[in-house]
Amino acid sequence: MPRRPIIENNRGYGWITDKVCGIVERKAPMWWWFAFVLAGMIASFTGIGLVILVSSGVGVWGLNSPVMWGWAIVNFVFWIGIGHAGTLISAILCLLRQKWRTSINRAAEAMTIFAVACAGIFPLFHVGRVWFAWFLFPAHGYQAIWPNFRSPLEWDVFAVSTYGTVSVLFWYMGMIPDLATIRDRCQMVYEKRLPEAKTKAAIAFEKFFFGFRKLFYGLLSMGWRGSNRHWSNYEMAYLILAGISTPLVLSVHTVVSFDFAVANLPGWHTTIFPPYFVAGAIFSGFGMVITLMLPLRSLFGLQDLITQYHVDCMTKICLATGSMVGYAYGMEFFIAWYGSNPYEGFAFVNRAFGQYSWAYWIMISCNVISPQFFWFKSVRKNLGLVWILSIFINVGMWFERFVITVTSLANDFLPSSWGYYSPSMVDIFTFFGTFGFFSVLFLLFIRFLPLLAFGEIKALGVPESDVHAHDKEAH
Amino acid sequence: MSKTYGILGLFDTPKAIYAAAKEVRDAGYKNWDCITPFPIHGMDEAMGLKRSKVPVFTFIGGITGFWTGMAIAFIMGQLNYPLIVGGKPYFDFVFPFPIAYELTILLGAFGTLGGMFILNRLPMHYHPVMNYEKFRRLTDDQFAIVIESDDPNFDEGTAKGLLERLGALEVTMVSGEETV
Repeated sequence: MPRRPIIENNRGYGWITDKVCGIVERKAPMWWWFAFVLAGMIASFTGIGLVILVSSGVGVWGLNSPVMWGWAIVNFVFWIGIGHAGTLISAILCLLRQKWRTSINRAAEAMTIFAVACAGIFPLFHVGRVWFAWFLFPAHGYQAIWPNFRSPLEWDVFAVSTYGTVSVLFWYMGMIPDLATIRDRCQMVYEKRLPEAKTKAAIAFEKFFFGFRKLFYGLLSMGWRGSNRHWSNYEMAYLILAGISTPLVLSVHTVVSFDFAVANLPGWHTTIFPPYFVAGAIFSGFGMVITLMLPLRSLFGLQDLITQYHVDCMTKICLATGSMVGYAYGMEFFIAWYGSNPYEGFAFVNRAFGQYSWAYWIMISCNVISPQFFWFKSVRKNLGLVWILSIFINVGMWFERFVITVTSLANDFLPSSWGYYSPSMVDIFTFFGTFGFFSVLFLLFIRFLPLLAFGEIKALGVPESDVHAHDKEAH
Repeated sequence: MSKTYGILGLFDTPKAIYAAAKEVRDAGYKNWDCITPFPIHGMDEAMGLKRSKVPVFTFIGGITGFWTGMAIAFIMGQLNYPLIVGGKPYFDFVFPFPIAYELTILLGAFGTLGGMFILNRLPMHYHPVMNYEKFRRLTDDQFAIVIESDDPNFDEGTAKGLLERLGALEVTMVSGEETV
C-alpha cells in the first residue's frame, strides 16, 4: 500500500521554496497590518498592568491571605505549558520519525519561544521589586546570600531558563539553511520589486529594504552554503538537539509541577503531578498550535503543505493527551478516597462542589469532554469546528491551573482562615495583554522568518528526495 | 590562492547527484563537495564521509554542565554560606539534581550547536562556490558537485570529463577570486 503523502498535489522543490519564501518576500498583506496594530494595542494592557504593579507594589494584585498565589502562577504555568507542544513536535516527533512534523515544527517552535517569553513576565514581576529579579540566579549579591538550591522554585528558574535558551538554539539551528535560501533570493526579489516602485520614496524604500534584507539574512544564515560536509555535521547536531530536548521538555513541566507537589498542601502534594502536568502541557500546546496554524494555512494558501493529514495527526494527539488529563483528574479523586486522608479527600470534593465548582466544571467540560469529539472523522474534517474546539482546550487548560492553584489555597486546613480569591483589574490587564504580546512576536516571526521548515519538507515530504526508493521496492 | 577554485557540475535530481557522488568518490578525489538544498539521505556514505564528530562537543558540554550544577550547589551551600533551611543538609547529590540536569542539557545544547559551527567553519562571510552564477538554485531546487583545484588528483580536463560523463546538466569552472 502506498504511504500517505505528506504534501499534496506532487509539489516540487521550486514550488515549495517560492511558496514559503513568498510569505516574507511579498508586501505585508492588509490583514497583517490590522492584526499587528490590534495585537500591539492588546499588548499595551500588559504594559499598563506592569507599570501599576511596579509603581505601587504587589498589593495591586488580588492576592490576600490565604490565597497568596494567584493569577501570576496560573498564567505562568499556562504559558509554559503552551510552549511544550513546540518542543514535542520538534524533538520527540523527530526521534519517533514522524515525518508530518516538518510542516508545522517551525511555527510550533516559534510559538514555544514566544510562549516562554510571555510566561517569563509573571515570575519576573511577581517578585514585586523587579530590579532585584537577578536574586533568582546564583549571582553574588551584596548580601552574600546564595539562592536556596533545596527549593523547587530555584529548580524552576534553571528549568525555565534552560528551556527558553535551548528552544531558541534549536529553532535557530533549524532555520539556518532556510535563511540561506532567503538570503540567496534577495537579489532576485529586489530586481522583481524595484520596477513596481514608482515614486522616489518607494524606490528609496526598496533600496533600503534590499540592503536590510541582505544584511539580516546574511548575518543570520552564517554563510551556510548547503555543502554536504556541513549537512553531515548539521544532521548529527539536529538529531542530538532533538535527543537532549526530549528529556528537557519532559523535565520542565515536571519541575513546574514540583512547585506544587513538593508543598504539603492537600490537592498539591501528589506524586501524579509530574506526568499529569506534562500531558496537560502537551495538550494545551497542541490546542494552541491548531489555533494558530489553521488560520495561517488558509491565509497563506498552505493547504498543500499543511494537509488534512496534519490536522488529523494534531487532533489525535489532542485526543490522546486530553484523555490522559481526564484520567489524571479521575485518578486524583480515586487516590484521595483510597488514601483515606480526610484533608486530601476534602480538597477534591471541595474542588468539584465547593465555592470554585464553576471553574472546576469549566475545566472538565473543556479538557475532558471537548477533545472527545476528535474521535469522529467528520469533526476532524470540519476545520471550523476543530478551531473552536482548540480554543476550548486553551480555555480549559487555563482553568485547570486556576483550579489547582486557588482551590487548595482558599480552603486549607483551618476553616477559620478560609477565603475567596478573585483577581483585581491589574491581574486581568496583565494577563489579557500577554495575548497581544504573544501575537506581536508571532506576527513579526511570520513577516521576517521562514514560517515552514521548507528544507525539511523538501527532504522528507517530496518522494523523489528518497534516493533509495527503488532499492526498497526491490526487497 | 589559485584563480580556479574548482570544477562544478550541476544536477537537477537527488538521484542523479547521489549516483554521481559515488563515482566521484571512487575516482579517488579527496577535496570535493556536494552542494544540496536539503540533506540527502545516504549522501554521507556516497561521499565517503566519516561519522560526524559533533557528539564529542555535546559530551564535553554535558559533562561540564552536570558538574557545574553540582559544584555551584556544593560551593554555595556547603562552603561559602552554609545555611540551614527546612532542616535539610547543606549539600547532597539529590536536591541539586534538577539543577545539574538542566545545566547538562543547557551546556550540551551549546556544545552541540557550537560544535556544528566549529566543525563546519561557520560563520563564513564568503565562499568561492558563491561565485557560481546559479548559486541561488543550489539552496532552492538544484544540486551540484564541486571538485576543488587543490585536490592532489586534480586535472581540469579529467574533472570536466568525469562530471560530463556522469550526466551533469552543465559543467563550469568556479573562480577562486573574491568578487563581492
